[in-house]
Amino acid sequence: MNDNGDKKVGAALVIGGGIGGMQAALDFAAAGIKAYLIDSAPCIGGGMAQLDKTFPTNDCAMCTMAPRLVEISRHKDIEILTLADLEKVEGRAGNFTVTLRQRPRYVSAEKCTGCGACVIACPLGKLKPPSGPNDKRPKPIPDEYNEGLSCRSAIYIPYPQAVPNIPVIDAAQCLHMKTGKCKLCQKACKADAIVFEQEARTVTLNVGAIVAAPGYKLFDSKLKPEYGYGTLKNVITSLEFERLLSASGPYKGKVLRPSDQAEPKRIAFIQCVGSRDHDRDYCSAVCCMYATKEAILAKEHLGGELSCDVFFMDLRAFSKGFEEYYLRAQKLGVRYIRCRPAAVAQVPGSDNLTITYLTEDEKKLDGEYDLVVLSAGLRPTPSGPRLQEALGLTLDPQGFCATAPFAPTDSGREGVFVAGVFTEPKDVPETVIQASGAVSRALESLSAAKGQLITTKAYPPELDVEGQDPRIGVFVCHCGTNIASVVDVAEVVEYAKRQPGVVHAENVLYACSNDNQDKIKKAVAEHKLNRVLVAACTPRTHEPLFRNTIREAGLNPYLFEMANVRDQCSWVHMHEPVKATRKTKDLVRMGLAKARLIRPLQKKRIAINKDVLVAGGGLAGMTAALSLADQGYAVHLVEKEAEPGGNLRRLRHLLNVDADPQRHLDALIDKVKRHPGITLHAGSRIAEVKGSVGNFATRLSAEGREDVELRHGAAIVATGAQEYKPVEYLYGSSDRVLTQLELEGRLADDWARSAPDTVVMIQCVGSRDESRPYCSRVCCAQAVKNALKIKALSPRTNVYVLFRDVRTYGFREAYYTDARRKGVIFARYDENRKPEVAQADGKLRVKCFEPVSRTDIVILADLVVLSAGTVPAADNKDLAQHLKVPLDQNGFFLEAHMKLRPVDFATDGVFLCGTAHYPKTVEETIAQSQAAAARVATSLAGDTMELEANISQVLEESCDGCAYCVDPCPYKAVTLLEYMSGGAIKKMVEVNESLCKGCGVCQATCPKKGILVRGFTLEQIAAMAEAALQATETPAEAPVEAAADTAGAAA
Amino acid sequence: MNETVLTQEPHADILNPEPVVLAFCCNWCSYTGADLAGTSRLQYPPDARIIRVMCSGMVHPNLVIDALTKGADGVLVCGCHLGDCHYQDGNYRTEKRAEAIKLMLEDFGLEPERFRLEWVSASEGPRFAQVMTEMVEAVKRLPPSSYKTG
Repeated sequence: MNDNGDKKVGAALVIGGGIGGMQAALDFAAAGIKAYLIDSAPCIGGGMAQLDKTFPTNDCAMCTMAPRLVEISRHKDIEILTLADLEKVEGRAGNFTVTLRQRPRYVSAEKCTGCGACVIACPLGKLKPPSGPNDKRPKPIPDEYNEGLSCRSAIYIPYPQAVPNIPVIDAAQCLHMKTGKCKLCQKACKADAIVFEQEARTVTLNVGAIVAAPGYKLFDSKLKPEYGYGTLKNVITSLEFERLLSASGPYKGKVLRPSDQAEPKRIAFIQCVGSRDHDRDYCSAVCCMYATKEAILAKEHLGGELSCDVFFMDLRAFSKGFEEYYLRAQKLGVRYIRCRPAAVAQVPGSDNLTITYLTEDEKKLDGEYDLVVLSAGLRPTPSGPRLQEALGLTLDPQGFCATAPFAPTDSGREGVFVAGVFTEPKDVPETVIQASGAVSRALESLSAAKGQLITTKAYPPELDVEGQDPRIGVFVCHCGTNIASVVDVAEVVEYAKRQPGVVHAENVLYACSNDNQDKIKKAVAEHKLNRVLVAACTPRTHEPLFRNTIREAGLNPYLFEMANVRDQCSWVHMHEPVKATRKTKDLVRMGLAKARLIRPLQKKRIAINKDVLVAGGGLAGMTAALSLADQGYAVHLVEKEAEPGGNLRRLRHLLNVDADPQRHLDALIDKVKRHPGITLHAGSRIAEVKGSVGNFATRLSAEGREDVELRHGAAIVATGAQEYKPVEYLYGSSDRVLTQLELEGRLADDWARSAPDTVVMIQCVGSRDESRPYCSRVCCAQAVKNALKIKALSPRTNVYVLFRDVRTYGFREAYYTDARRKGVIFARYDENRKPEVAQADGKLRVKCFEPVSRTDIVILADLVVLSAGTVPAADNKDLAQHLKVPLDQNGFFLEAHMKLRPVDFATDGVFLCGTAHYPKTVEETIAQSQAAAARVATSLAGDTMELEANISQVLEESCDGCAYCVDPCPYKAVTLLEYMSGGAIKKMVEVNESLCKGCGVCQATCPKKGILVRGFTLEQIAAMAEAALQATETPAEAPVEAAADTAGAAA
Repeated sequence: MNETVLTQEPHADILNPEPVVLAFCCNWCSYTGADLAGTSRLQYPPDARIIRVMCSGMVHPNLVIDALTKGADGVLVCGCHLGDCHYQDGNYRTEKRAEAIKLMLEDFGLEPERFRLEWVSASEGPRFAQVMTEMVEAVKRLPPSSYKTG
């Protein structure tokens, strides 16, 4: 087929348009590889699009996702193919020929405007539910987006923010398709976009690499008939409940139960439905946290009287911020009951439900509930077998894609990479990490083809608005109900219309949605707008999106202003709607005051340095360095110790017994040392970092050597963490008390010769307590691993594991099951009654209160092994200060966004991976390190980089060269010029634009308004302040005398 | 009579129930902290208006004095903690200027409570809400600004 033989193709296929596939497509495109993003659904978005909020920050899922959807839909180097299924893949890595089959949409994407008239015209959208069993009228079509809790028409847009925002005809339901009649949608379509004759087509693509992120399927709760899903009306799934919570859900965010649309007062959540059972011996990893989230949100929606009971086995709050979230839920009154109920029954003569359960002390209780929510697990995607055949991957017995221990993003077939729940149940950030990691692996072999198929985006020529009076368009966002449930949006719109310079104002459901971008663009043309103000969420996340939109409408992107009326108004004044509405008006008025003064700005381009500095020579740093070096980047790997290796040196075996971490480590070190692209700076520390993305200068210091200065364009923080050094349980005073890592060393050496009779492991040592409230994530699996190793080496050794919750998430669960099967005894202890360890005749006496029998159990142990937590590295603080990046409250590095930017810092050009971010396993560390490499590749793709436009500018007419601003400038960007002008010495300062970062210290120092920061001028800030001081309503009502009363008020 | 006194007592020190407070917040720490207070749904009084600046070091002392002499009941300047400044040491300048501003308040006949400098990091949502609450509560106990035009 291909005449280009071994030539590498600068394009990639991404299978699955969920959050993982979206990340992969965006990373490819930013790194210079064209991406084809395919999805079998009519739109992209995947599972996350159905979520209301995300744990553990309760961020609105759509709010964080919508800008990405929009970015992808408008990205010049991403082509979306929906309704498309992979048929076959020929060729080999670097040059695949992919055949897809694309089902018909029956709507022309070229002609459709997304107006939705067809959707309203469809008669099937107006069907009412049957009045009884004898009602023979056609039944309404359940809406998949709302999990069947509402209905849709036969021609429909899957959800309001869907990309592409084009309707699709459900051929199995459409009257015309079935009977040849109707065609009402076609009549309603003014764009002539309905094409009933459209047929399926075959698409052939030529790509260099493939990333498969096809997602998952929710467990079918009907397979657990004991819980009554499908027969008892008020038993629903967690995803159905998620839709109930959502502002775009069936009851517009009202939580009502299905049987009688009444507000529930008592809700029960049942965990592990379709997970951790005989047939599915794995943990779905996300349900504990989503149930916690749903319980918190339900309480927010229904008030404090609502009772929420969560029936669980182990509460697996194992990742960043999760334990704190779990504690917060308990504080809010969510009750956690440690029991897996056998069944749900109906209360006779009522729609209420009873759950019979055993308390921990084995008392039998009945709980009555208005609503029961089943926390359904994650199942492999049904497309697995087809992908297996087309891509040549291996599926495990459950149907998930198998990966090798040290290659978490490799499919096993060269050139084909995998991400997301396809390989193991995981949450959004882990999926995003793995997707970026997969991209990095693909880029390693496609670096030569970068840029080959990239197009340059053409914006319409910029309209010249200089000298025009302001014509401002105002868009006030409802943000679903996030703003509109508190603020009277309509009143704000009317208020905005009365403000000077405003020629257009309207309210919008989601300002960030794709359809609204078109609305803004139309309004710019229609009303000849020369400024746009959006009153919505925070400019920190959404300003780039709107700037791009107005740029597409022909306006300079800086003619945009935002009023933050959600994060800083409706969310923080939830119970004061009148005052919040008034404040919203104030914020809009302040934004308008600035908007009237903003001017078009231009960005400058500069040359960048493409070398990369990686701080930390452990598994994370070496993995990232190698991936980058293979992509052609020159890497400086900085390790403080004399030899690289880090904590991996202490890991002697993995849960998967075939994998030897030491062999992997030795191979890695060998590759790093031999790679011509990597310079290893061992025994060195970072002493100083200057500059910014594209042009960093870092000084390294090493004992006995002269300092080295490195220039680089990006940096990765991979400095790891360390094992907690216990002060409890006789650690340090008895040589029979070890940490898990120390035990690992003994197990690897000569365990069998002197194997002890009894080993007691104590979990959560230095984790989940007052000083370190977080869960260290890896210790449960580590204990299981070492317990299994003991049983393998000396089967007669008794092993006890004293735990609080066994957090063997994902596939680690099967090893927990295996350990129990092999006789390891797991006994729970209560956090308020921690075990006690005492010396007793050469042995150790371990006393532990057992909550089931409510008695103290005593074990005489030969060895006590402490599952010591992971603590942040001691020098994190220094490094954070050098790099100007933040740490979280526990001392780990804090990423830019917990869900969608888990590898980035808020500071451009600096990235994060490994245990410096949070405790994590070897596989997770490798995936995140690859991801960091991919993120670097996206920021150092070209040879030049655009500078910010918001930097300092000297006003020649006002600057008198006093030079007050020269010294305070943190970047030494300001210098004093002296020159002859008209026979006299003229003095003036000058700004170096590639050094200036726009902090404005100069502006605040200048006594003469001679230097300003574009976009944040003194005049603009003062105008906002002044607007804030104006009375909200017409000042005419103010008594005249009041003004005369006060001296100095004349201004 | 006693009853009236009792119910009024808690409010006795409130001289200005609806003050106008301006808060200049740096983009990288305090403004982000303010957003975090929002994401965490931490409630604070709706009397403050936030103005986003790139760095607290960008806030000219005249901005503060002008706002106060044009009727603001209070002005807050919020930046990154010392050492955390996104622009290396911009907030050290802020700190020095704050000292100057405090001296100027007296010249303008303004109570010291009307101006505050606070460090709030990006991860300190609760602290942001607390700072806002404290500032608003403090100026409520002052009479409305004598510079207020009505």
